[in-house]
Amino acid sequence: MIDLFQRSILEENLALAFFLGMCTFLAVSKRLDTALGVGAALIVVQAITVPANYLVQTFLLSQGAGAWAGLPEVDLTFLRFIVFIGVIAAVVQILEMTLDRYAPALHGALGIFLPLLAVHCAVLGGSLFMVERRYGFAESVVYGLGSGIGWALAMVAFAAIRERLHYSDIPAGLQGLGTAFIVTGLMSMGFSAFVGVRLP
Amino acid sequence: MANLNPLTWWRRFLALPNDSSAKTFMVAFLVASVSAAAVTITAVSLKPRQTENVERERQQRMAEMLALVPGLADILGEVNADTLETRIVDLASGTYAEDIDPASFDAAAAASDPARSVVLDPERDVAGIGRRPDVVPVHIVRQDDDLLLVVLPVYGTGYQSTIRAYLALEGDLDTIAAISVYEQGETPGLGTRITDPAWLGQWAGKRIADESGEVRIGVVRGAAGNEYEIDGITGATRSSMGVSNLVRFWLGADGFGPFLANLREGRT
Amino acid sequence: MRASLRHVLFPIVDGNPVTLQILGICSALAVTTSLATSLTMAAALTFTVTASCFLVSLMRKHIPSSIRLIVQLTVIASLVIVIDQLLRAYAYGMSQRLSIFVGLIITNCVVLGRAEGFAMRNPPLAAALDGLGNGLGYSLILIVVGTIRELLGTGMLLGFPVLPTVQAGGWFQPLGLMLLAPSAFFIIGFLIWAIRTWKPGQVEQPEFRLRTGSGRRPA
Repeated sequence: MIDLFQRSILEENLALAFFLGMCTFLAVSKRLDTALGVGAALIVVQAITVPANYLVQTFLLSQGAGAWAGLPEVDLTFLRFIVFIGVIAAVVQILEMTLDRYAPALHGALGIFLPLLAVHCAVLGGSLFMVERRYGFAESVVYGLGSGIGWALAMVAFAAIRERLHYSDIPAGLQGLGTAFIVTGLMSMGFSAFVGVRLP
Repeated sequence: MANLNPLTWWRRFLALPNDSSAKTFMVAFLVASVSAAAVTITAVSLKPRQTENVERERQQRMAEMLALVPGLADILGEVNADTLETRIVDLASGTYAEDIDPASFDAAAAASDPARSVVLDPERDVAGIGRRPDVVPVHIVRQDDDLLLVVLPVYGTGYQSTIRAYLALEGDLDTIAAISVYEQGETPGLGTRITDPAWLGQWAGKRIADESGEVRIGVVRGAAGNEYEIDGITGATRSSMGVSNLVRFWLGADGFGPFLANLREGRT
Repeated sequence: MRASLRHVLFPIVDGNPVTLQILGICSALAVTTSLATSLTMAAALTFTVTASCFLVSLMRKHIPSSIRLIVQLTVIASLVIVIDQLLRAYAYGMSQRLSIFVGLIITNCVVLGRAEGFAMRNPPLAAALDGLGNGLGYSLILIVVGTIRELLGTGMLLGFPVLPTVQAGGWFQPLGLMLLAPSAFFIIGFLIWAIRTWKPGQVEQPEFRLRTGSGRRPA
């Protein structure tokens, strides 16, 4: 479990190894505080949706899943994409309402990017990997938490680097997005150093 | 003359304010039904062509793989899927299941049917497949009474998809004749290199097990050192290890191990 | 007529989804290891974004705001599933190579971004043209990156050898880095630099400038 946790943060980082969620990664990371906000929101969404999608997959979608309702032959795996997105959209909506009620400043700062978490490739990707690798319920929780932390870590580190880059003398054409791409490439090369690290 | 009812209803529906509950429900329902209809019609009408494609791909891979086995074409003349004899094997006992008709056997259905497959514990589930079917088809090429080639369908989890392949063993049942990957969904350009003829060609001639019977064949990181090893693919470690794991699983005690042991000793 | 042409041409360079709007990056990185997969993905996405913008724009006046996002997603998802089925029936080899990325068009920011950002507020023809333009802009980036990566990474283009590799007895040593994802980042970064040198209007203004040297200090 601990090994799965560290692998999902470092070696299999959703942002830097699989390049999921790049649009938000590049667009929101101009300021450290918004990056922290989106990162925290993503951790919460991921930690809830991966186990939730595990339950949906096991008891509703996969072949033989309907056995508890007396329908063992029904195979709904072709609905996986749209059902997962539906679950994620519902969780994001609830999170948005909660934030609006209890942390309105953060809600305002996140703006459009909170609802966009519903179609965030990393959130959907995490659930799809969970299905592909056949994780159990406990593993889904660990993987959801770990992969969310990994993505948030990558984005916060990236935002910190971009803030520092303000002090650098960058050619006009590379300023902003151009440098962002190059820095991300370098970070991804750096994170690939974690490949193969195993904890007992 | 009064307007046709449907048209009036439609116009009244469109005139409703967008945020009223009735309209919300109706729009949601309409969008869902039209989309569902479009998807279902496409899927159902294209299904025969798709299964044809999958089948054709499988046959082609099998034929290509057989064509690569040295000497086989000389011995048997033209070698294709029809020269193979298909039998159904019960994996646990390693014997043929005579009561099942190979021609109508649906391997995919058997693999996911809870009544005809067994759940594997994580330590035994080296290939990451979750369930292992009780019976599996195998394809055998004989000449006179000698065993020339045994073709085993194998599958397992790669980096991000299920990898399916045919593993052909030579008559001594200890040497690999060829391996052909016929279905995978790995990373384009990287993981898909497990389908490169150059990499797959390395498997030919490798030995499976040592004198004590322990399965030693496998993909190693970096370059292969001996007759049991295959080079790993840089940048596609998980995909190539996926192939390694599935081969080791299916040649082991939970896969075709008992069947191969029986065949070797002439008990089948 | 001039306005319609502008809808199509503007997003190709001036309003390019990848290099300016920051949309559609994920797939631009993953499928560009070879030109053939880039072309197929570009075609699939251009078709999807044009068709979905057209359909969403047709319905735009009657979509309740509470279900707006999920209605758009349903239209896009159905289109993508239809395309996936067509690919699997008529171009099986290519659909195997593209694996999960055709499905990921559903979450591709370009499609949803243009549907939400333009198609909801404009008539169907303009929306379709805008979708087409964005699709073409995205395709341009994909083709450029795919060409560079395949050529420098394997010495081949569309599977045909162009630069003779050392393995085949030639002089060209393939650059392994081109086959790994970070190279796509670098290539796009340099592409952005090139585009912004050509069109200085796209250059991002820095949020603040450091004063260097000769500012007056308070007494």
